[in-house]
Amino acid sequence: MNNEQNKYDKSFEQCVKCTICTVYCPVAAVNAEYPGPKQAGPDGERYRLKNRSFYDDSLDYCLNCKRCEVACPSNVKIGDIILSARLKYSRKQPKLRDKMLANTDFMGSLATTFAPLVNSTLRLEPVKRIMDKTLAIDHHRTFPAYSGQKFESWFRKTARKQQTAYDRCVSYFHGCYVNYNYPKQGQDFVKVMNAIGYGVQLLEKERCCGVALISNRMEAQARKQAEINMASIRAAVQADMPVLTTSSTCTFTMRDEYPHILQVDNADVREKIMLATKFIFELVDSGKVKLAFREDYRKRIAYHTPCHMEKLGWSIYSTSLLRMIPGVDFVMLDSQCCGIAGTYGFKSENYAYSQKIGEPLFNQIKSTEVDMVATDCETCKWQIEMSTGVVVENPISILADALDVEQTRKLNNINI
Amino acid sequence: MKFDTIIIGGGLSGLMTGIALSKSGQRCLIISSGQSALHFFSGSFELYGCDGNPLKAIAGLNESHPYSKLGVETIEKLAERVPAMFGEMGISLVGTHLRNHYRVTPLGFLKPAWLTLEEYARVESAEQKPWRKVAVMNVEGFLDFQPDFVAAGWAKRGVECSVCNISLPELERLRNNPTEMRATNIAKELVGEVLERLAQKINEASADVEAVLLPTVVGLLDKSAIEQLRSMVHKPIHFVATLPPSVPGIRTQITLRKYFQSLGGVYMLGDTVKCGTIVEARLQSICTANHGEVEFEADNFVLATGSFFSHGIVATSEQVYEPILGLDVDAAGVRSEWYDRNLFNPQPYMTFGVATDKALRVSKEGATLQNMYAVGAALSGCNPIKEGCGAGVAILTSLYVADEILNKNQGNE
Repeated sequence: MNNEQNKYDKSFEQCVKCTICTVYCPVAAVNAEYPGPKQAGPDGERYRLKNRSFYDDSLDYCLNCKRCEVACPSNVKIGDIILSARLKYSRKQPKLRDKMLANTDFMGSLATTFAPLVNSTLRLEPVKRIMDKTLAIDHHRTFPAYSGQKFESWFRKTARKQQTAYDRCVSYFHGCYVNYNYPKQGQDFVKVMNAIGYGVQLLEKERCCGVALISNRMEAQARKQAEINMASIRAAVQADMPVLTTSSTCTFTMRDEYPHILQVDNADVREKIMLATKFIFELVDSGKVKLAFREDYRKRIAYHTPCHMEKLGWSIYSTSLLRMIPGVDFVMLDSQCCGIAGTYGFKSENYAYSQKIGEPLFNQIKSTEVDMVATDCETCKWQIEMSTGVVVENPISILADALDVEQTRKLNNINI
Repeated sequence: MKFDTIIIGGGLSGLMTGIALSKSGQRCLIISSGQSALHFFSGSFELYGCDGNPLKAIAGLNESHPYSKLGVETIEKLAERVPAMFGEMGISLVGTHLRNHYRVTPLGFLKPAWLTLEEYARVESAEQKPWRKVAVMNVEGFLDFQPDFVAAGWAKRGVECSVCNISLPELERLRNNPTEMRATNIAKELVGEVLERLAQKINEASADVEAVLLPTVVGLLDKSAIEQLRSMVHKPIHFVATLPPSVPGIRTQITLRKYFQSLGGVYMLGDTVKCGTIVEARLQSICTANHGEVEFEADNFVLATGSFFSHGIVATSEQVYEPILGLDVDAAGVRSEWYDRNLFNPQPYMTFGVATDKALRVSKEGATLQNMYAVGAALSGCNPIKEGCGAGVAILTSLYVADEILNKNQGNE
């Protein structure tokens, strides 16, 4: 891909100023300082190409949800234009706080080593106040608890050996949240894949997908990590393994932000990077795999569409799988931003906006009376759990819980 | 993934087709690349822009017009169904297909209309004076509505008309970005206490008039803000359209989409159909940008992709073409015949669109596709702007094609 050409995405010339993007922008609706995607994106780009001094720091308010792009009738890559402008023109340097929030691998490795201490310290009110004062990490937030054992360590110790028994394998990009905070989600993934006859392998080398590095303007590091991931993904695909994920944002970042924002080419393997729910749904839909569910599983579950899931257009896969579970009373929530947008909502300057953006969603969840919310994004999970008190799970974990593993293995003739 | 019918395009025609089919038990998928032309909705649907009975004018149209393929009898039957269909969704429309009424344009003119949202200002005839004295009010700083034009229009028609700008401190922050002070942004603010203050100011300024005319800057997601405002303002309120984006248009889009989904329909927004597989004059499946190798199969397909603006048809300097499947189009061959040098004359390119047979089935390289239909602005043969028939063609061809598909299925059974 031609780097220079891509930096000057010409799609802004397709903008007819209809302002439909601004209608659907969650930030413009609550923050008057943000001029909205049309102004920040295609309109502003015309000026910035003339002279970089037209760049405006209010672009930092964009939470990169890409709902503007989903709404645009003219196919303008509005979100990409805004994000690229931030990387290209902003003179602000990432603060210590931004580096801490964005370096998920470094912080995660450190924190899992001292998990009990870190978890209890980060929950202390005085610590939160100090972090707010010194680092501008909002005191309302609680960091997701770190796990004492990384998913990767668990996998190597407990699961890796038996995976080689399967003649069909998939590769798993687990992401930072599964690795450092919530290995259970990864364990659930292994359980489901094994039940339908697939072994699971990890990538040769996995780094954080880099979404937080991109949004915190640490482009060089993001590109380096993207290249490491792409090399491992290529190796997996060459070994005939699709690369499956359980996070919509990691997936979206590797499929679309790598080529569009970081100019890291992925065209040869992009189709092979996908959410596990898409992979499983296609197997079931084409009759290649059958699922059997526990008869005693009964839950009322509402599905929340994360912004990057909306952009991927893939909520149909996750929701179709949930609807297949006989004991699930399914509710589809309106597709709207929860407000957290990864590290965005952790920053003191964004916290109030973050909560105001999510308010209609929280109200809908509170009035729906469900046992749990299902969603494919971990930061949506933190936001919804904090703001509504309702438990949130990944569809793969729900599937793992509802599945009758023995019966499923029998249906698919798995004797391992 | 398999559906009964797949509809490409999620605007007025795509949604109406989807709703009609879903109501009859079909499992439908709508794929829409971005939001639709309903975001430019005037508040009125036009059947045919003429004085009196539009059906009479329609009977005289030439045979290439989409209406002529339906025939006046069918149009009359389908048109009768429309107000009730919208009524079921909670959208109340006023008007009849047997006689046009008139809507008030943002420039103060009257234009013939078929069905108008009940909250809008309208008159039954150009001579009718609905009030002796009326006030046109605007929100201070809102440039997409010029009350002086509207007032001048009423004055010309013999109605005494005053103009008043209402300033609300809560809306001042919107003026930080004056180009972004649009109807939709204002509507997001005009709820709760702000709406109460607006009502108070309207009451203060409307003591000596019979009614108040307001731009449509209230009621974005649902009509509750409009109902609240009406209950707080002492005089009757009637709305006049603003420049886009259209608040009632977005509300209508949201309402139609939710209704379609409530009937079991699947709506995918922000995706583009990339290709299709045609076997023996039938479209078997399509694939999209978001879903890559996944094939979407259906018994029938409906093209509701709109005209040039929505990229349903595309013009280069040499040719006009249908971008998804390369379907046959009706378009003048030579570029110099595409347009008239006088901007205000009817422009030939406005009539360009996808070629169809009498059942509105499309064709490729001269061969009719047995299971693919076109509806709405994608169709060739009409000039929606000059004729005032865009919404009528969109709604009625959609209902027509839905009937064709359902009747065909019944025949098969």
